[in-house]
Amino acid sequence: MRVTILGGTHGMGRALARRLAERGDQVFLLGIEPEELARSAADLQARSPTQAAVGAALCDLADPSTFAPALAAAAAALGEIECVIVTAAIFATQEAMEADVTRAEALLRLDFTNTVVFCEHARGLLLGRGGGTLCVFSSVAGDRGRKPVILYGAAKAGLSAYLEGLDHKFHAQGLRVVCVKPGFVKTGMTAGLRPPPFAGEPEAVARQVARAIDRGTPVVYTPGIWRWVMLAIRWLPRFVMRKIGF
Amino acid sequence: MIAGWGNLAVPGRERLSEQLERASAEAVLCRGLGRSYGDSSLPPAGHPEVLGTRLADRIVAFDQESGRIRAEAGLSLFELNRLFLRRGWFVPVTPGTQFVTLGGMVAADVHGKNHHVEGCFGSDHVLGLKMRLASGELVECGPEREPELFTATCGGMGLLGHVLEVEFELRRIPSPWIASESRRIGGIDQFLEALKDASARYPYVVGWIDCLSRGPSMGRGILDAGRWATAEEAAGRALPTTRRLTFPMMLPSWALGRPSVRAFNTAYYWKHAQQLRRGLRHPDSFFYPLDMILHWNRMYGRRGFTQYQCVIPAAAGAEGVRRFLELLSSKGGASFLAVIKDCGAESRGILSFPLPGISIALDIAVRDDTQALVDTLNEALITMGGRIYLAKDAFTRAAHFRAMEPRLERFLAARARFDPARRIRSAQSVRLLGDRP
Ligand SMILES: Cc1cc2nc3c(=O)[nH]c(=O)nc-3n(C[C@H](O)[C@H](O)[C@H](O)COP(=O)(O)OP(=O)(O)OC[C@H]3O[C@@H](n4cnc5c(N)ncnc54)[C@H](O)[C@@H]3O)c2cc1C
Ligand SMILES: NC(=O)c1ccc[n+]([C@@H]2O[C@H](COP(=O)([O-])OP(=O)(O)OC[C@H]3O[C@@H](n4cnc5c(N)ncnc54)[C@H](OP(=O)(O)O)[C@@H]3O)[C@@H](O)[C@H]2O)c1
Repeated sequence: MRVTILGGTHGMGRALARRLAERGDQVFLLGIEPEELARSAADLQARSPTQAAVGAALCDLADPSTFAPALAAAAAALGEIECVIVTAAIFATQEAMEADVTRAEALLRLDFTNTVVFCEHARGLLLGRGGGTLCVFSSVAGDRGRKPVILYGAAKAGLSAYLEGLDHKFHAQGLRVVCVKPGFVKTGMTAGLRPPPFAGEPEAVARQVARAIDRGTPVVYTPGIWRWVMLAIRWLPRFVMRKIGF
Repeated sequence: MIAGWGNLAVPGRERLSEQLERASAEAVLCRGLGRSYGDSSLPPAGHPEVLGTRLADRIVAFDQESGRIRAEAGLSLFELNRLFLRRGWFVPVTPGTQFVTLGGMVAADVHGKNHHVEGCFGSDHVLGLKMRLASGELVECGPEREPELFTATCGGMGLLGHVLEVEFELRRIPSPWIASESRRIGGIDQFLEALKDASARYPYVVGWIDCLSRGPSMGRGILDAGRWATAEEAAGRALPTTRRLTFPMMLPSWALGRPSVRAFNTAYYWKHAQQLRRGLRHPDSFFYPLDMILHWNRMYGRRGFTQYQCVIPAAAGAEGVRRFLELLSSKGGASFLAVIKDCGAESRGILSFPLPGISIALDIAVRDDTQALVDTLNEALITMGGRIYLAKDAFTRAAHFRAMEPRLERFLAARARFDPARRIRSAQSVRLLGDRP
């Protein structure tokens, strides 16, 4: 498979890029820091069974003008793109964003508006070649409005809704949309937070997501138990949600 | 709370980072996978946060011709083996668990079953280290470059500076299988003879002895020796992936009393039915038998355990080893099998553990008298000119440590040069070197 990944330098994206490179997929990285991209490319190359060189191009989720050239660079390097993965996003605590609305605005723009815009470019590219897979990391935080993640959750809820719509409309044309909803996963993004029960590891997430990409599974909760946790949370009555801190 | 492998917890937490270069500037100590038993990866009380390195695990460069590899310090040996063993490469030195990071392997200057031929991982095999010093400076060091920093770092338990990247050479192996030979041996004197004999014939040698048996069968046990199987011996057999079990919960402390341990040890000895067994073995079962059960340290319960590992110098002879075992069994240091190894020459690492002689390692469940037991063993060790392994230690007293470490002055001089304020420190350095908490 020929795949390009935005966010493959760190966290779950890193683990997923490794898994794909290790099984022989051709990977092209997109991201913001040239040094980080170069280091991750070298890491993936050492892991690839054929020692295939891994290319990279700059792409800043904060700057939509970078999207088209980045995807074009990926397509040129890979020959064609069969799969686009987006793990890039930012996180900030609800308190930090309530205290500073500019931070809220930045997060909403990156994690919702610009992510959707990037996906629109990717969609065009994939449909143009007759289909392919678009795998995007949303979050369980988008499944219900909750006190600790109101703004982040709102952005992810919007993203999940967008991905679901894409699937409905373009499935028949060969577009496979995979919406990944991680629960709490131990990555750099959550390094300052205390891990709750059922916290996952990036490698396990990567295993599950790679399988979902192969099968075209539309929605993936990871670790899997979060499907049931969120099912329970969605059923909690409003008066309970007002009381609890979760 | 945060603990080493022995589950002796202190207040503190680990902050993980994928970017050691950024995160190390302020860090008081690095921690890899926390497989050191005692307090070497634990923070001093006054600065309860350590920098967790295990997410910083990228391979920076790999040369398929020479096997030369450079990687971030949080890369685990498990990952290295997973990636390279089947491709025909292996580390020159491996400890008895693969759940360790490169940074931890350098800081403890780990030794393996091949110590008598290959020495230690850090001082004998590492070609270069990228480090963050206490001053904030980033430096590159190696056997030739900044040798004082390098030799103090290998075996220096993280106190000289934070290791960000490690460079060394993987070795070509003829097949991914181990051709091994294991023997049942009835007592300590024959055991020491057999160790010597096997060490002359095999690169990998280790033994397990039963510390509870007394009299003529004192020190009976199993001796394991091995080498990489040739391509013909392996005959193209693919290496299966190892399945692991997880120890589900903390056992109550009484579960590991003397009777159950004695029963286990006896069973282990007699399970080895024949006197001599030869064959091909999976490297996981040969090098890492304890890794088969994840979280096996929970077996010792909430009070935790410590490992006492010391080396009895060759000069003390078989007599020294016998005296030590007698002391141990008279003090009732009930233990599962003790690991026994023949160590080769001392390495360049200023505080590297091994010394020509016999290394003995045993797990001790923590009880009220553990401090007294360790004190007694240390006093005996000092009279023989031996030393303990810092990566395992949690109970040694500062005065005993000074008495067994003539090399300490040199280490402290190096530390005074690179970190005069002793900013980088650990719970262990507070205990043993008198650093400010
Ligand atoms: C079952 C088992 C078997 C073992 N067998 C052996 C054996 O055969 N031979 C042997 O030598 N050891 C053995 N050990 C001990 C183990 O190899 C060492 O304790 C090793 O240091 C653990 O690595 P770690 O990554 O878990 O480090 P940690 O335990 O997290 O840390 C150990 C030390 O390394 C320092 N450190 C870690 N990372 C860095 C870094 N990036 N920069 C600077 N300092 C750092 C820490 O500060 C600390 O002082 C064994 C341990 C277990 C649990
Ligand atoms: N971790 C969790 O518990 C959790 C839970 C639910 C959902 N998620 C979601 O899962 C995804 C992956 O999370 P993670 O924990 O793996 O995150 P991470 O470790 O923080 O990695 C995020 C990646 O996004 C990249 N990135 C950030 N800003 C960018 C920008 N402006 N342009 C381009 N790339 C940018 C980062 O690159 P640089 O580092 O180079 O900036 C990094 O590679 C995210 O969408 C996240 O919201 C995570």
